[in-house]
Amino acid sequence: MTTTADTRARQAGAKVRLRGDRSPLASVALHLTLIVTSVIAVFPVLWVLLTSLKPAKYATTTDFFRETTFVNYTNLIRDTEFLTWFANSAIIAGLSTVIGVFVAATTGYAVSRFRFPGKRGLMWTLLITQMFPVAVLIVPIYNIMASLGLLNQPAGLVITYLTISVPFCAWMMKGFFDTIPREIDESGEVDGLTPFGTFWRLILPLAKPGLAVTAFYSFITAWGEVAYASAFLVGDENLTLAGGLQKFVNQYGAQWGPMTAASVLIAIPAALVFLFAQKHLVTGMSAGAVKG
Amino acid sequence: MAVHTSQSVVKAAGDDVARGRSRGTGTPPPAPGRIRRGLSTHWYAWTMVAPVVLVISVIIGYPLLRGIYLSMTDANERNVARTIGVNELPATYEFVGADNYIDALTGSQFLGTLGWTLVWTVSCVSITFVLGMALANILNRRIAGRSAYRMALILPWAIPGFVSVFAWRFLYNEERGLLNTVLGGIGIDGIPWLNDPTWAKFAVIAVNVWLGVPFMMVALLGGLQSIPSEQYEAAEMDGATAWQRFRHITLPGLRPVSTTVILLSTIWTFNMFPVIFLLTRGGPGEATQILVTQAYKFSFEISPRDFAQSSTWGVLILVLLMLFAVVYRRVLRSQGDNW
Repeated sequence: MTTTADTRARQAGAKVRLRGDRSPLASVALHLTLIVTSVIAVFPVLWVLLTSLKPAKYATTTDFFRETTFVNYTNLIRDTEFLTWFANSAIIAGLSTVIGVFVAATTGYAVSRFRFPGKRGLMWTLLITQMFPVAVLIVPIYNIMASLGLLNQPAGLVITYLTISVPFCAWMMKGFFDTIPREIDESGEVDGLTPFGTFWRLILPLAKPGLAVTAFYSFITAWGEVAYASAFLVGDENLTLAGGLQKFVNQYGAQWGPMTAASVLIAIPAALVFLFAQKHLVTGMSAGAVKG
Repeated sequence: MAVHTSQSVVKAAGDDVARGRSRGTGTPPPAPGRIRRGLSTHWYAWTMVAPVVLVISVIIGYPLLRGIYLSMTDANERNVARTIGVNELPATYEFVGADNYIDALTGSQFLGTLGWTLVWTVSCVSITFVLGMALANILNRRIAGRSAYRMALILPWAIPGFVSVFAWRFLYNEERGLLNTVLGGIGIDGIPWLNDPTWAKFAVIAVNVWLGVPFMMVALLGGLQSIPSEQYEAAEMDGATAWQRFRHITLPGLRPVSTTVILLSTIWTFNMFPVIFLLTRGGPGEATQILVTQAYKFSFEISPRDFAQSSTWGVLILVLLMLFAVVYRRVLRSQGDNW
């Protein structure tokens, strides 16, 4: 591709390099930059993966592979409630994602399509909720959850995670809906759909990229959260992965072998959701951020 | 301000559900006052935003009000209402007015922590933004293996934060971490990454930049793709160099995205609890403690736990960020942005 572009540029005799045209040297420099940054981005994660495959006693060696084994994984699953924690996390993150996406979409749609009293206030409130320090909210939220009887229940954490993810997601969905022409809503109305029917049948299917980003963000927020999870859940069988792993760190100190294995198992579902969402990520984010 | 607004909306939305139902039966609204007219026009919008408003006002609004109240008392672990065995002790803390604020703003601890928090926020946001911008521009060109590079570069975002922070602790480990082992291999003494105040500051910023670049990059990449290519073609016809095209088309074209992501990432970085907490716990000493982690420490890690001071710091954080958002918006407005 580069070669043809170069030829074209030479034929045109252009002094100015056009977009997409560049010297071989520039291509090498670009690839080099990308390779170096990609290695920096991937390496810490890759290193954890490689370490988890070494026997624990070699955990701190610099070899990439050494007596590859799955013993760290089998020990982890045998010695801890790992699978229970995993299931708890899956339930909590799954519910947070489904509810979060739905609520963010309806809010975003309302803010995008209707002028109503309180709209500006709502937009500001959504921004301001991002500003209040999580660390300071923990105690009062703990008290609320205790009085509602939601401590140690998935519902308590799901509600809490919604307050973290929904404001940002609603902002993003608003931007995304702004890019969908209003004529579509109007045609729905002409065909006799209720406002909710228009939203559900016409607009949501068009907003898939935005929904994918919202789902990704909600899932990652809920899956990786530590502070609330360790404050609200007690008892081994109720913990989420994040909370369980924290406990595990304290209990086993610097046992890098099992720790790395646990990290890999936790990262896999997040990576899968990411794979699913990533092709929509750029389109979804851009619409959201541009019009945010 | 926030709470006031959201509560009024909740009330309206609450009434409004009933109104919506009666509208469904087809009865025309009797005695149309201003509020009723508002309800019949806006019930649909209000119903759609009601769940968010409800949850936020309960889960954020109440803690916020309570935080503001506690910050004007001398509440700590020893005088709040608590249960010891079967005895329930009532709260005995007292209202002290603005004393906590005066203490915080005149003492050196708050201002010192604020100083480092500002350094942390400004350096993280600016480095992340510059790197994200550079990578987005490279990835926006036609280049072999673009989607593979993009996947690799977004990866830090896809990994749960505490896993990546753990990975970095593993690399930073002073005696056996990979970084020092490699440095030792080429004859350089190990660096106390997390145990020396200056290196620890450097280390936490590096990790936060590593975590933050993917978000910036993806947002800016989306922004780049929304710039119409006709503009570039026209510039090429006029013989604009690559730098001129970047300066006069790319940068202005990215302005709407940039202003949003800079605002958001400033807020997020200012309050970035997990990175500091999991990496250094604010240490060594208090070297990497930012306002949020220090506020957390007041209410969880010191004895007796000092809820009043923790709330005071929390309210001050909120006030600072709100001031920032208002000023930021004013500046953008004065430059003609419709934000």
